[in-house]
Amino acid sequence: MNKMRRVAIVGVGMSKFGELWDKSFREIIAEAGLMALEDANMESKDIQALYGATMASGKLIGQEHIAPLIADQMGFKNIPATRVENACASGGTALREAYLAVASGAFDIVAVGGVEKMTDVSTSSATTALGGAGDQEWELFQGATFPALYALMARRHMHEFGTTEEQLAMVAVKNHENAYKNKFAQFHNLITIDDVLNSKLVADPLKLLDCSPITDGAAVAILAPLEIAKKYNDAPVEIVASAQASDRVALHDRETLTSLKATQIAAKEAYKQAKLEPKDIQVCEVHDCFTIAEILAIEDLGFFKKGEGGKATEEGQTKIGGKVAINTSGGLKGCGHPVGATGIKQAVEITWQLRGEAEGRNTNAEIGMTHNVGGSGATAVVHIFKRV
Amino acid sequence: MESDGIALKWRRIPNRYRLVGSHCENCGADFFPPRKICPNCGRKTKMVEKTFSGYGKIYSFTVVRTPPEEHKENAPYVLAIVQLDEGPKLTAQIIKSNNKEIKIGSRVKLAFRRITEDGKEGLIHYGYKFQIID
Amino acid sequence: MASIVGYGFYIPKLRIKIEEIARVWGEDPEQIKDSLGVEEKSVPEIDEDAATMAVEAARNAINFSEVDPKKIGAIFVGSESHPYAVKPTASIVAEAVGAVPNSTAVDMEFACKAGTTAIQACMAMVDSGMIEYGLAIGSDVAQSKPGDALDYTSGAGACAFIIGKEGIADIKATASYTTDTPDFWRKQGASFPSHGGRFTGEPAYFKHIVGASQIIFQKTKLQPKDFDFAVFHQPNAKFPARVAKILGFSEEQINQSLVVKKIGNTYSASSMLGLASVLEIAEPNQRIFVTSFGSGAGSDSFVIETNERIKTKKRGMLKKMLEEKEYVDYAIYLKNKRVLKSE
Repeated sequence: MNKMRRVAIVGVGMSKFGELWDKSFREIIAEAGLMALEDANMESKDIQALYGATMASGKLIGQEHIAPLIADQMGFKNIPATRVENACASGGTALREAYLAVASGAFDIVAVGGVEKMTDVSTSSATTALGGAGDQEWELFQGATFPALYALMARRHMHEFGTTEEQLAMVAVKNHENAYKNKFAQFHNLITIDDVLNSKLVADPLKLLDCSPITDGAAVAILAPLEIAKKYNDAPVEIVASAQASDRVALHDRETLTSLKATQIAAKEAYKQAKLEPKDIQVCEVHDCFTIAEILAIEDLGFFKKGEGGKATEEGQTKIGGKVAINTSGGLKGCGHPVGATGIKQAVEITWQLRGEAEGRNTNAEIGMTHNVGGSGATAVVHIFKRV
Repeated sequence: MESDGIALKWRRIPNRYRLVGSHCENCGADFFPPRKICPNCGRKTKMVEKTFSGYGKIYSFTVVRTPPEEHKENAPYVLAIVQLDEGPKLTAQIIKSNNKEIKIGSRVKLAFRRITEDGKEGLIHYGYKFQIID
Repeated sequence: MASIVGYGFYIPKLRIKIEEIARVWGEDPEQIKDSLGVEEKSVPEIDEDAATMAVEAARNAINFSEVDPKKIGAIFVGSESHPYAVKPTASIVAEAVGAVPNSTAVDMEFACKAGTTAIQACMAMVDSGMIEYGLAIGSDVAQSKPGDALDYTSGAGACAFIIGKEGIADIKATASYTTDTPDFWRKQGASFPSHGGRFTGEPAYFKHIVGASQIIFQKTKLQPKDFDFAVFHQPNAKFPARVAKILGFSEEQINQSLVVKKIGNTYSASSMLGLASVLEIAEPNQRIFVTSFGSGAGSDSFVIETNERIKTKKRGMLKKMLEEKEYVDYAIYLKNKRVLKSE
């Protein structure tokens, strides 16, 4: 790390997240890319390398080899273009690869784009495609689904710590409150705890409103060395930590169901790099693919003691204005979860937060964090950002 | 007519029918399903075949109500993480059981059932599910 | 001399009552129960079939007998509802119990007597020294056309016998009676079987059971009074009672075997389950008469004598399996038997 240069985000952009019937994979990534280039005051020719994140373009639109496709759609000519795939952590992992590419000195200006087009296939096919994040032979073959895997975690968390279904519901309620203020979010409806509790059971105890939706969307970030960042943007945001860890793919192979070890390891490494502690983080985008995932995340990232995530949520400590604002974008639940884009969108949201540009939901934070998870926890990527 | 994915599933028959796993003689750890490299021992791995007894207990469970297509006919079904008596955990359905309450800690025993079918003319894939025992 | 070294069975937990079937077809349940002597029948879960039940029965037989599966040299599965027309149930069972790869295996079909013929095949292989142990299984999700008379009795179940030497009951004699008699059949590709109504009685069931039984009586010089128990194929509770009377057996002798009253006709498993029911409570040195019947048509007859070793085994699982039950309605029944299709 000593030999690495300091890196900043100098431009961000994203498409609206939702069911974008009129727009194709290519159009949404181009839209996000254009916004990022404008934000960075750059031309396409300034970009030297591209990292593209998509989890399942093969199954969803029959297209592999998407990195050069993305590069071309954004007007980048002949630059190195690489696809990064780590299931739902594809975006966060791609961000890390982009960070390392600049930090190492290999490149100066790198773009990272995450995109997922999920509505060109049936809901059933999209769900099957997402299933690829789990263990095919030993989980999916047996009839496991992603809601089921997270439900297994939820039941254990309730058994070990007394977390309640109401506390899980409060995560969804809060994230819809935040999404309501985010013009890019998929959902702009406020929901109540009862709405969540009365929604259809998907995998007991998780209900429809405990689950993040199927979404189309794209997000792009442009990275540059900190020392030249102000050339492109008055308010660059420094990436002060980038960490990643893996764990066994099958949930049943983990040491415990009530923590994601990969999150804990990545978070520890990130705090070490940034020389910070959990209490220093003021705003954080966590991976709430299901409500229980946010509870686990806020514990594993160190904001609250293990087992107290439910209580903390109930007490409003994760709201805007609380101890640490979690998922101001609306999270995966409220903003939507176009799989490959999510990890980058999280960085976009934190960038806006640190710049004071998150209309209607600003936290005036100086230090923010993103947390992106793959599958049921086999990958976790944590980044820490600081206003420059 | 040539079918897809036959060998992929055929290889797993002894594991799925009889719970054949592996055991590392170097460190004594048991694994289901079997694996080549022991995570504790790396290159010092001494892996041999081991068949599990089929007894265990429920570590966690849920009820799947929105299954993937190939499991639809069975829905809703209980999906559980079962901890085998010997230690390893696996994911499996719990067979429908009249009036037997399913709890974390319930004792279970191996059963043999249809898991999926490759359509009307395709292969039937059999394997393990578990039943609650008193 | 070939001997029953162990037995095992499997009956699914679900049941459907005669009343429920009669309700759907607008018939009088009391009249039906009266004429068939059956109250309810067993129904499989949708993820069960003749192969899964055969495996469970085989596993139970292996646990009962404590035989090393690797010593089972032959596996026969008799059924009229094999999951595949081409691909044997027997190899699935062999793999599932670990009797692989050094064994022979084959599927059998002779309507309801395929399982007892499997026993004969195992006997011959054991007696000749070709194998140490043989596994004979009868397993069926009994098929019937919805609304047909058979709809009231077609049950589901499996029974497995391990044949070897020096077991708990010795098979002293066997004989069979076979003719080409088309009383009940199902063509390749047909969804449901067809049958000859009253033709299934005298020219089929009774003629063949009496035929095979008489060969045994001649061969062994034994008479009905020499037996403690008698077991006949049970399409309902009335036919076995009638054939018992014709042959000279009493109601008391056949009573223990009549599992049909509670689970219906399990086709290939029927006579075998009747025999298993007797073995569950038999004392040492008791003599059991068994004659099966398979449409098409034929009967296998056996004389079986228990010995002291029967007392050393842990018995009683059948009673438990018969008592653990849950009722379903006609729609679930059809769905589980894969009659209700969605494609």
